[in-house]
Amino acid sequence: MDNQTQKPSDNLNIVIVGHVDHGKSTLLGRLYADTGSLPDGKLEKVQAICRQQGKEFEYAFLFDAFLEEQEQGITIDTARTFFGWKGRYYIIIDAPGHKEFLKNMISGAARAEGALLLIDALEGVKEQSKKHGYLLSLLGVRQFAVVVNKMDLVGYRQDVFDGIEKEYREFLGQFKAVPQQIIPVSAKLGDNIANRSEQMPWYSGPTVLDALSAFRKEPGRSEQPLRLPIQDVYKFDARRIITGRVTAGRVKVGDSLVFSPSNKRATVKSIEAFNIDPPPTEGQAGQSVGVTLDEQIFVERGEVASHQDALPLVSTAFRANVFWLGRKPLERGRRYQLRVATKEVDCEVATIHRIIDTMDLAQQQGSNVVNKNQVAELTIRTKTPMAFDLSASFESTGRFVLVDEYDIAGGGIVTELVHDDQEFLREEARQRDFAWVKGQVGVEDRAQQYGHRAAIVLVTGGRHTGKSFLARTIEARLVADGRHAYLLDGENLRRGLDADLSQGERGQAAEMARRYGEVARLLVDTGLIVVSTTNPFGMAYVEAAQVIRTLVHPVPVIAVHMSKTPEEAPPNTDIVLSGPTDFDTATRRILEELKRRGVLAQAIGAKPIFQYSI
Amino acid sequence: MQHLRQLEDQSVYILREAYKHFDNLGMLWSMGKDSTVLLWLARKAFFGHVPFPLLHVDTSYKIPAMIEYRDRVAREWGLKLVVGQNKEALAAGMNHTLGRVTCCTALKTNGLKQLIEQKGYTGIILGVRADEEGTRAKERYFSPRDKHGDWDFRDQPPELWDQFKTTFPPGTHIRIHPLLDWTEINIWEYIKYENIPFIDLYLDKGDGTRYRSLGCAPCTTPIKSTAKSVDDIIEELRHTTVAERSGRAQDEGRGMELLRKDGYM
Ligand SMILES: Nc1nc2c(ncn2[C@@H]2O[C@H](COP(=O)(O)OP(=O)(O)O)[C@@H](O)[C@H]2O)c(=O)[nH]1
Ligand SMILES: [Mg+2]
Repeated sequence: MDNQTQKPSDNLNIVIVGHVDHGKSTLLGRLYADTGSLPDGKLEKVQAICRQQGKEFEYAFLFDAFLEEQEQGITIDTARTFFGWKGRYYIIIDAPGHKEFLKNMISGAARAEGALLLIDALEGVKEQSKKHGYLLSLLGVRQFAVVVNKMDLVGYRQDVFDGIEKEYREFLGQFKAVPQQIIPVSAKLGDNIANRSEQMPWYSGPTVLDALSAFRKEPGRSEQPLRLPIQDVYKFDARRIITGRVTAGRVKVGDSLVFSPSNKRATVKSIEAFNIDPPPTEGQAGQSVGVTLDEQIFVERGEVASHQDALPLVSTAFRANVFWLGRKPLERGRRYQLRVATKEVDCEVATIHRIIDTMDLAQQQGSNVVNKNQVAELTIRTKTPMAFDLSASFESTGRFVLVDEYDIAGGGIVTELVHDDQEFLREEARQRDFAWVKGQVGVEDRAQQYGHRAAIVLVTGGRHTGKSFLARTIEARLVADGRHAYLLDGENLRRGLDADLSQGERGQAAEMARRYGEVARLLVDTGLIVVSTTNPFGMAYVEAAQVIRTLVHPVPVIAVHMSKTPEEAPPNTDIVLSGPTDFDTATRRILEELKRRGVLAQAIGAKPIFQYSI
Repeated sequence: MQHLRQLEDQSVYILREAYKHFDNLGMLWSMGKDSTVLLWLARKAFFGHVPFPLLHVDTSYKIPAMIEYRDRVAREWGLKLVVGQNKEALAAGMNHTLGRVTCCTALKTNGLKQLIEQKGYTGIILGVRADEEGTRAKERYFSPRDKHGDWDFRDQPPELWDQFKTTFPPGTHIRIHPLLDWTEINIWEYIKYENIPFIDLYLDKGDGTRYRSLGCAPCTTPIKSTAKSVDDIIEELRHTTVAERSGRAQDEGRGMELLRKDGYM
């Protein structure tokens, strides 16, 4: 065989899945043994151990490394195994089939680029055969072959094989999954694994080894529109390098990039690399890159860089298919952390639409929780807007995980954008930002000069709670500290900018808030810390605060809520002050929050140098 | 060399995730080929810089040439080197004749645990590879260790796509394994491709032997080989079916599973 001689060209990750005992580990062992890929003496060693313990030799023992696995004859956790064949390196992951270890199966399958799904010819299609088939599709593994194993136990009969093929294709068809191949084998005896079987003359298709060779390396992702989720920003030397992994498309020197959701823009000045000469001028899907920009803009981890003609979606809500692995059930209304590419944001499940039974794909309605190992359709709401895609169009930016306390407890794919009430304003802000005419002085220049960043301190609350007094105190304190702060009072807009509005129009909080928000946007662009209250909006302050946030995005908003007696603060409030207010303490807390958010990054009097890598 | 770039991209991504999420990070460096490639990948990820200390758990039984190499490279690349040693065990006379597992546990596992505790590291980056032996094949890229440094391999966290376990309760730490997907050949191909300086104990210098894997002098034996260059090594590995660690005594019996459960690298 010409195995070792050819030089390798690429790597491919393969996972083997299927119901417990259907022969996954056996198939893997056999594949290695029949291609001469086992280290010297390994087979003999395992055979000797078996003899010694009076057990029948199993190919499965070759990779079930843990004592417990060999004693129980099951695979507990996935093993990465390595295998070179015809100019390609394979990493083959043997996944456990036992439903108790579903999270390990999912970990193995999530990084696979191709899969083998085993079905026992004698037992037929079982619970985990279906669940694994469905999960492969959910996890984005689109290339897979179905392997009908243990054909020796059914006398190598074609009708048995045909029956399983028909049943399983019908199941897969319900979610439009199509296997590359369906292969009849006996893993134990080596039929159609590496060598063609003489027992099944009725089958002329590929062997398992042929099927592996036919899998292709992720096709076409570089031809998609660009997605570059920012991983980090480094300033180790004179260069300010923005790093990330290109998940789709290409990024080139000279490209004009838009960062979502902040809508900031800049042009790629260089692509940085260590020990590559000459330096690259382009990065493409799959690569971990570093770029420098022509302008010093403040962008952070979690934003997605793209080209302006193909932007990602931005919202605070989406619909998704989720699988849950957590010890505690997924609950509606509970807080979780959502991670999409490099973005991390708090979220909650707004609606559990249905639980999907992976046995027959029937849908059970009305549940308040999703239990471990269940799959469900949900609507998720995030605390702040984020950039993402539908998984049907972009794999990496269209999927996410949910973190419960310290653990990754579930994952899913985005199936639909859910329109939120800020959508129109967000679009207005986006269009306005794209067309924004800039002077010579950039936001970063102002920040350097002033020794702080722009921000908004927004005080909300009912009447006579001390909002105005607090706002004045903050403004005065900031200016006394040498900051550039300004009190924006709604009353001043009413008699000027809003003078053309009728009495009725002034009653519409939404339009008033929009005008207010746009004025605030202008002021923060001058580098000021704007201090304001929602006084002009009366009791409609929750709605108004949201509008203002959307319009000034991505400038940090420090939300302070005041009330005489404890009450629920609007969403995303940073500081809650209820009961009689101690204005000194309140001021101190607000200043601390400004520091924490990186607005007041340094002590006054220090030379203004900003720390970019956060 | 498309496949090397693919491996590099994934390792660099993992290193950058580690640097982003862990305030107190350290990278183990044994001066062997794997951890030296890992060090090189850190320079790739951080554009020539290494923004965390390199940790060496010194058993005192290392081959002297390794220590010279360590100090020279550290000087040339401007590395921050932290050396740890289980002095108590050494003072009490610990050595391999007391039992290999006993000795490794005392000098390496416990040496590392002491270092982690002293310095309060929350993330330790290691160059273990899945193809080295069975239990490493089952590792995660980000693998949590409990308060005692133990590995609960029965209940490992899920790892989905490029999302790793980066949050953890106080008192515990995470082992980070950016080289899991690399094979021994990949390591040498990459050393050749990037021209990475490596220690010449890996080459035959005329007596027909070389080291294939480096550990402590008493427990590592050279293999018969006439490979005198990286090219020779790659050529040799393409044709060999002898396991890499066949010269390492720890791997006999269930040594490795027991060692690693207790927090061995
Ligand atoms: N007769 C027969 N038995 C098989 C075949 N493949 C696997 N087995 C047996 O099925 C049992 C379970 O196999 P294993 O590989 O551990 O299954 P896994 O749980 O899917 O990994 C073992 O006893 C194997 O020997 C086959 O093709 N024919
Ligand atoms: Mg198995």
